[in-house]
Amino acid sequence: MIRTRGLTKRYGALTAVDGLDLDVREGDVYGFLGANGSGKTTTVRMLLGLVLATSGEIELVGRPMPASRASALPHVGALVEGPGAYGHLSGRANLATFDRAASATSRRVRSRRIAETLDQVGLDPSDRRPVRTYSLGMRQRLGLASALLRRPALLVLDEPTNGLDPQGIREIRELLLALNAQGTTIFLSSHLLAEIEQMCTRVGVLDRGRMVLQDDVASLVAPTGRVAVHTPTPEWAAEVLGARVEDVSGPRLVVVSDDAAGVNAELVGAGLRVDEIGPLRVSLEDVVLRASTEHAGARA
Amino acid sequence: MIRLELTSMLRRPRTWVTIAMLNALPLVVAILLAVTDLGPRPGTGPPFLSAVLTDGTLFPLAALGIVLPLFLPVAVAVIAGDAIAGEAQAGTLRYLLISPVGRTRLLVAKLASTIAFVLLAVLVVAVAAYVEGRVLLGSADPSGSVTSVSGSTLSQAEMIQRTVVALGYVTVMMLGVAAIALFFSTVTESGVSAALGTVAILIGSTVLLGLDAADVLQPYLPTRYWLAFVDLFRDPIRWDGVLRGLASQGAYLVVFLGAAWANFTTKDINT
Ligand SMILES: Nc1ncnc2c1ncn2[C@@H]1O[C@H](COP(=O)(O)OP(=O)(O)OP(=O)(O)O)[C@@H](O)[C@H]1O
Ligand SMILES: [Mg+2]
Repeated sequence: MIRTRGLTKRYGALTAVDGLDLDVREGDVYGFLGANGSGKTTTVRMLLGLVLATSGEIELVGRPMPASRASALPHVGALVEGPGAYGHLSGRANLATFDRAASATSRRVRSRRIAETLDQVGLDPSDRRPVRTYSLGMRQRLGLASALLRRPALLVLDEPTNGLDPQGIREIRELLLALNAQGTTIFLSSHLLAEIEQMCTRVGVLDRGRMVLQDDVASLVAPTGRVAVHTPTPEWAAEVLGARVEDVSGPRLVVVSDDAAGVNAELVGAGLRVDEIGPLRVSLEDVVLRASTEHAGARA
Repeated sequence: MIRLELTSMLRRPRTWVTIAMLNALPLVVAILLAVTDLGPRPGTGPPFLSAVLTDGTLFPLAALGIVLPLFLPVAVAVIAGDAIAGEAQAGTLRYLLISPVGRTRLLVAKLASTIAFVLLAVLVVAVAAYVEGRVLLGSADPSGSVTSVSGSTLSQAEMIQRTVVALGYVTVMMLGVAAIALFFSTVTESGVSAALGTVAILIGSTVLLGLDAADVLQPYLPTRYWLAFVDLFRDPIRWDGVLRGLASQGAYLVVFLGAAWANFTTKDINT
C-alpha cells in the first residue's frame, strides 16, 4: 500500500528524512515510531504530496506519488499534524466542505455518511455549534472523522490520539482495529510506544531521519526462550535450578527454559514459594531503544 | 470546487461585514451633503461630488470615487490576501489538497471567488449609492439628462451605458489589486501579512505618483490610471487613459497571477 525507495528530504543543511525505504503491506497496522523531530510528519507530508521530496520514489496505493495524486488520494484518508477545520462552520458542515471539494457524491448519501462517521468517532451528529467552540479532543475526533469519511482503503494518521482522554484513546483504538478487520490498511505515526505495541502488526522506527528498524511486531517481541521468576528466596531457587539460571538480580531470576509451568512445578516441588513466574518477553520499548542506540553507536 | 468557493464566500459573514463597511463612508458623505448642502468647489475633492448636489442620481459615481482610493482596494486586499493564506492558517489547506483538490484548481477557484467578491462589492456600492442619492439628494432634472464633465448634455441612456462601463473599469482595476494580494497569499501563511503587503504596494504607488522625480516610473504604477473612469463622462469620451489603465492592469494580472501559480504549485505545504 505504501512503498518508498531512498526517500529523502533536505531543508537546507538539515536532512529531515534520509534514504527511507518504507514498506507497508495491505492489511497491516503499521506503526511509524520516532522521537520528536525524527521526521515522521515530514514523511507523511511527502507520502501525501504536500511536501516535495528532494529525492527518492513513493508509491501510494500502487500509484506513483506525487505524479498520480489525483487517482491515488481518493483511496487515502489522512490526519496530518492535528486536525484543521473552518471555525465558523459546524462539524457537519466542515466534513461536507472537504467532501464536496473533491467528490461528486449525492447530497443524501453524503449527509448519511457524515452522520454515520461522526457517530463512529463519538461526536454528536446533531451538534450545530461552530467548531470554534470545540474542545481539543473534539477537534481531534472531527479530524479523524474527515479521514474516515470516504471509507478509504488506506488510513495515514499522524499522531491520531493526540489530545484524547484515556477513554477516547481506547474508543479510537477499537474503532481503528475494527476498520482494519474489515480490510483497511492503517499507517499511524506516534511516539507513544505503548500505543503502537497494543495496535500494530508491523513497526518502522525512525531515528534522526533514518529507518533503524522495520519488522513484524510478533517477531520483534517473540518469546526469548527464557522464564522470569520472582521469589522471596532467590539464592535457594538458584541452587535448585543450577546451571539453567542465567541471571539473578534481587528477587528476580532469568532461567533458560521454554516451559514456565515446568520450572514452577520444580520450584514448588522443592518447597520454594513463587511470587510470579512467566515466559520472559522483550518489550517493544527495549527493542526500539536498542535499535536506536545501536544506530547512534554505528554513527559515532 | 468553484461553486463551493462561491457559496462559501457568499455565506461567510465576513464578506457582508466588509461590504457593509465599504458602504459606510459614502452613506456618511451623502447624509452630510444632504444636511449641509455644502459640496466641494468644482474641480476639487473626489470626482462628481460637487455635481451630486444638483443631481442625486450621479451619486453612484461619486461613491466609487470616494471608496476607490483606499476603502475598496483595502477590502479587496483583505479578501484576496486571505484566499490561500487563510486556509494555511486554519490548517484546512492541507486537507483540501489531500481531499484531493489540485493546486491549480484551488487557485482558480479562489480567483473566481475573489472576482465575484470584487464585482459584488462594486455593484453593492453603486446600487446603495443610487438609492442614497435618490432618497437623500433627490434628482434634479425631470427629463433625466445629465451635464457631462465637459459641460455638454448626456441623455439618460448614454449615462447608464457609461456608468456600466465605469463599473466594469473599476472592477478590472481592483482585479489587479486582487492578483497582487493572491500572490502574497501564496507566499505567506498569514492573511493579514498578505493584505498589508498589498496595501503597502498601493500606498507606495500613490506616494510615487505625487513625486515629480518619479516621472519615468509613473505610467507603470498600479494606481496610476484608477481614476481614469472619470474620462468616460467627458464628451467625447477620452479613451486613452482608460485603455492604458486596462493594459497596465492586464499586465499586473498576468504577472502576479503567473507568479502566484508558479509559487503555489511548486511549494512545500508545511502548515
Ligand atoms: N519547513 C521546515 N523547514 C525546516 N526544517 C523543517 C521543516 N519542517 C520540518 N523541519 C525539520 O525536520 C525535522 C523533522 O521534523 P518532523 O516534523 O518531520 O518531525 P516529527 O518526527 O514529526 O516530530 P514530532 O514527534 O515532534 O511531531 C525537524 O528537525 C524539523 O526541525
Ligand atoms: Mg510530527
